[in-house]
Amino acid sequence: MLTLQAVLDGLLLGVLFALIAYGMALQWGVMNIINIAQGDLVILGGYIAYFMYLYGIHPAWGVIVSPIIMYFVGVIIYKLVINKVVDRDLFISILATFGISILFMQLMNFAFGADVVLANSGYGTTMLFDNSVTLPNSKIFSAFISIVFAIGLVIYMKKSKLGRAIRATAQNARAAKILGVDTEKVYAATFGINAALCGVAGALISITFTIHPYMGLPYTIRSFMIVIVAGLGNLPGVAMSGMGLGVFEEFADYILGTEFRIGSVFLLLVLILVYRRFKLSRKREYLK
Amino acid sequence: MKIKNIIITFVSAIAILFSTSVVSLAKVVGDKIILGAAISLTGKYSSNGVHTQNGYNMAVDRINDMGGIKVGGKTYKFDIIYYDDESNPKRAAQLAERLISQDGVEFMLGPYSSGLTKAIAPVTEKYGVPMVEANGASRSLFTKGYKYLFAVLAPANLYLDVAIETAVELNGGKGVRIAQAFEQDAFSQDVRLGILDAAERTGSKIIIDDKLPKELNDMAATLAKVKAVKPDVLVVSGHTKGALTAIRQIAEMKVDVPMLAMTHCDAAKLSKQHGKNSQYALCASQWHKTLTYKDDFFKDGMTYAADFEKLFGYDPPYQSAESSAALLVFKDAFERANSFDQKKVRDALADTNMQTFYGNIKFAEGGQNVDKPMVLFQVMCDDSGKCENKVVAPLKWASAELIHPIPKWSER
Repeated sequence: MLTLQAVLDGLLLGVLFALIAYGMALQWGVMNIINIAQGDLVILGGYIAYFMYLYGIHPAWGVIVSPIIMYFVGVIIYKLVINKVVDRDLFISILATFGISILFMQLMNFAFGADVVLANSGYGTTMLFDNSVTLPNSKIFSAFISIVFAIGLVIYMKKSKLGRAIRATAQNARAAKILGVDTEKVYAATFGINAALCGVAGALISITFTIHPYMGLPYTIRSFMIVIVAGLGNLPGVAMSGMGLGVFEEFADYILGTEFRIGSVFLLLVLILVYRRFKLSRKREYLK
Repeated sequence: MKIKNIIITFVSAIAILFSTSVVSLAKVVGDKIILGAAISLTGKYSSNGVHTQNGYNMAVDRINDMGGIKVGGKTYKFDIIYYDDESNPKRAAQLAERLISQDGVEFMLGPYSSGLTKAIAPVTEKYGVPMVEANGASRSLFTKGYKYLFAVLAPANLYLDVAIETAVELNGGKGVRIAQAFEQDAFSQDVRLGILDAAERTGSKIIIDDKLPKELNDMAATLAKVKAVKPDVLVVSGHTKGALTAIRQIAEMKVDVPMLAMTHCDAAKLSKQHGKNSQYALCASQWHKTLTYKDDFFKDGMTYAADFEKLFGYDPPYQSAESSAALLVFKDAFERANSFDQKKVRDALADTNMQTFYGNIKFAEGGQNVDKPMVLFQVMCDDSGKCENKVVAPLKWASAELIHPIPKWSER
């Protein structure tokens, strides 16, 4: 039963990670930017849901309100900072978003205080196998909403004009520009969509876990890791790798102890990077 | 070249003049005794930093209004120079250095948290500056042989051993089975050591001993293990995140344990954030307003709480109460030393033996307060869902009877 509990917990958690990672994969693929502030955008989204909860609105509505606000936050960040680094070296974008991350942490701390907070959904618990496996309904709700948003986004990317423009820009920005795509607008929208996805995830995290101004970085690292494993623009890959990471974390927690939970994610990241490099170098030799 | 020399001389003269005038501002100016404090006003400890500052300020105003401090037949008033340490130990140490060597402060108040106190203590020790601190409880602070550090609070290893002793007592004197999860910071690990001592003393067994990460927001795995092995007591210490996460997930996963003991419940505003789900949790606290200790300045805990709320608009957490007590200790020591000589004040502090609204204060060799036991309160809720913290142990101070074992989730 413990194993089943770990697998289910991990899967539900992993779907949520995958949603954050999908946003990262999207903007990385389109704009070639690694956004270190990803986790901080998530936390900011969480605060929006938390404040709704404080004012008596059910925090679940945060999954609608938060992405709308966060979309505009994303576009503003793009206009102020990201558009100046979008065509530059990857290292410059990492530095710029690292700066945004620090700024966001301090601003959130200043505006919302350093208390750890959460929003109670009052959703209760689903009990299986005579109460030996318990699944909080808030986690099930989070996973469900994450899947809905992920599917919605895939459809939007395939069917809408903007979605097609985003995909065209991702494939070849120069060609897209020549063919009349306003890449500047596409970049702004991509960053906005990423921030909106972070907003949804943040609202879900405020319902399922806790939020705090300095809690963003672990979410950035997890999404970075998921994208590295799955590769850019590979949505099923992101979903699978997200769920895999969720289950991996839960098992690491059971077997090695909670203190190694985040550490094991780092270790996995290093192992995967080493493995990839090894694979690539072998390919290079073959081509010789 | 000549002009350059003149400018350099002029600038250095001004610099020297300025620095001496700053130093002369130090210690006692006119009728003011100037204390220095680095406090976390921004960064991750800012909430508790503000509680600390409010506690200090309230005591300064109260002591000044009630006649100040009498030294050598003259009356003095307290004043505090604050700097924001940004919740950063390195910055705190730099600021302590600045307070002492630039601002000329000769008496210090402590920062918030064990980590920051650990960073400042070597500096105050180096300069022989007496520091009364109210928010650093880590045992390691009191084993380094510091001569100028005095803490009004009980050390961290005593936080939860009352809980284990109570559980053993309720078990007919037989040892209990303990599951514990502690964050990996100096404070929580000291609380853990206290539990290990208590377990050994009482013949209890530790069956789960998890360490929680700093970025903790999911304890599902630990709780699943707890559910499987059914311990008699579950102990959790991981600052406010630990308390909030544990209560949320215990309720969600319907984990039944006869006793749940934690730290940082009031800092986490547990009963406010979780309502009835936090019911029956036992919380270690340095102070509670219903305790009946008395002094001439704040009368008792209830009066202190009412006055504090009038000033700052919220119920005082123990972090504020202990910070106020630090000023009472300083006042007492200055008057007994009847001097501003640091050595004499230090010796007077070491001889402190007094009662404040916050508790009795008497320092051991290492600087920790050995005359004030920890209290345990239990979150108790009425039918309307309104929850209150009631002191249940030690029995001498109890305002309600401990509810034990905690009713099962299926019966709630």
